[in-house]
Amino acid sequence: MIVAEQLTKRFGRFTAIADVSFRVGAGEIVGFLGPNGAGKSTTMRILCGVFPPSSGRAAVGGHDVVADSLRARSVVGYFPERVSLYLDMTVREYLHYVAEMKGVPRAQRHADVNTAMERSATGDVGHRLIGTLSKGYRQRVGLAQALLGNPQVLVLDEPTAGLDPEQVAEMRRLIRSLRGERTVVLSSHILSEVEATCDHVIIIHHGRILAVDTPAGLNQRLRHTSQIHLEVRAPAEALAAALRAVPGVLQVDCAPAEFSDAVTVTVSTSKEHDLRAVLAARIAAAGWALQELRPVTLSLETIFLSLVTQSDGSPSDGCAP
Amino acid sequence: MKWLVICRRELRSYFTSYIAYTLLALFLLLSGYFFYSDLVFFVLFGGYMLPTGLWQFVFLDMRLCTLLVLPLLTMRLFAEERKLGTIELLWTYPVRDIDIVAGKFLACWVFFLVMLVLTALNPIVFYRFYAFDVAPLAAAYLGIFLLGTAFIACGMFVSSLTENQVVSAMGTYGILVFFWFLTWNEEAASQRLLGLLLRLSLFDRFYNFARGVIDTKDVVFFVVFSGFFLFLTLQSLNVRAWRGVR
Repeated sequence: MIVAEQLTKRFGRFTAIADVSFRVGAGEIVGFLGPNGAGKSTTMRILCGVFPPSSGRAAVGGHDVVADSLRARSVVGYFPERVSLYLDMTVREYLHYVAEMKGVPRAQRHADVNTAMERSATGDVGHRLIGTLSKGYRQRVGLAQALLGNPQVLVLDEPTAGLDPEQVAEMRRLIRSLRGERTVVLSSHILSEVEATCDHVIIIHHGRILAVDTPAGLNQRLRHTSQIHLEVRAPAEALAAALRAVPGVLQVDCAPAEFSDAVTVTVSTSKEHDLRAVLAARIAAAGWALQELRPVTLSLETIFLSLVTQSDGSPSDGCAP
Repeated sequence: MKWLVICRRELRSYFTSYIAYTLLALFLLLSGYFFYSDLVFFVLFGGYMLPTGLWQFVFLDMRLCTLLVLPLLTMRLFAEERKLGTIELLWTYPVRDIDIVAGKFLACWVFFLVMLVLTALNPIVFYRFYAFDVAPLAAAYLGIFLLGTAFIACGMFVSSLTENQVVSAMGTYGILVFFWFLTWNEEAASQRLLGLLLRLSLFDRFYNFARGVIDTKDVVFFVVFSGFFLFLTLQSLNVRAWRGVR
């Protein structure tokens, strides 16, 4: 459904993306993961026809985004990072305008607008001026305009940015409901978000693709060990010794806690064992006070560091062809 | 037909934001006042040739109203879309740049036409008291319409360069006034240069129309001037290819 081959985009001397290649099959949900400025938006804008690539080619639904731009644009619905709408129109007026712009036939327009409003849960604000809507509602109107015209491909640039947790959950539910029906490309700088919604993850950093994998595969590759964070009121040496004695523990790092007289400990364990219960029992048995225990999730930074070091060293097996 | 959709949206936006009413009121008040005072002046001093006398006064004054109002009309065309960011979405819809430019231009054009038609009220009332020859008046109206077209094209181009509406209006005033003043400094320009400058001056081209004379060369000049700026507008939209969205 989407093909990108060696896309490169330069703005003056600045190279936004370089040699970006990937494929997205029909009905898949693919996430672009990367820090701000990694080139996610640039790649998406090229797919949506906002501007052409400096070199390389891309096609959406079989239509080249440069040579056959109008047709390519007519199969894509775009949700921009900065949702910007005409503030002086009501939601319904605006969606009708978008439907006309996307070439939805007159007879179908009303029904299409209604469907899009229903899907994006904007039905109750149809008569309100967009300028008076809250950020959450504007995002939904942005989504409604992307859904209009039944595009086969949806490109969503940070669809959950700036939403409250409830709205984030709702947005994710909506995206997942599109699985199989539409091809979705979304971007995020939050790992868990991509994990929760996407079939494939494309990790992009400094304008280059570092890895393409499934969320599970990515986890597998990155988490050779898992880590547990503890905060315990105990003498440091005795605690460390006791923890090291637990089978499956690979490494124990102790440090005094910042705001109390307790000790914080990071325990690395092999991946197969979940040692949380064992560690807690061991500490309780020794009569120490356990104040905190949580698994350490890999942050995006850690993943990037790990991938960057991988790609700097030996060639990584999962990198884009 | 996408240009029609864009044109309709622009016109809607003018009327919901009160820009339309404000500018219309300003234009009609000023041109009505000028018509009245020019008429009084003409009658008091016993003028006898309407085309070279009254119409010339009226339309040279109306030219100033147009110069004042149109850049305020065109300043938001692209600048506002750039500022809001709505232009990015516009570019993802299956619509050609030329449709976008045409739609926006047409919206201003229609609006300007309405303004001009409303000012026709003044001569119509006058006609009831004094049945004058209509042809020179029609020529003058054609002239101001062409002049306004050139202003709109130029204003739209400047608007496409910036996301600041004030800069957009100022820039348009700058270019238009420059084209007006171009021939004022006759002393400084050599004979050869002056000839060229006269040919390029928007306002010198307009004098003929105000006197009731339609010269094909003048018509062509205005059409080419407008076409040139429409072309530049299209080019400036292409700039996103190497400058990015903003």
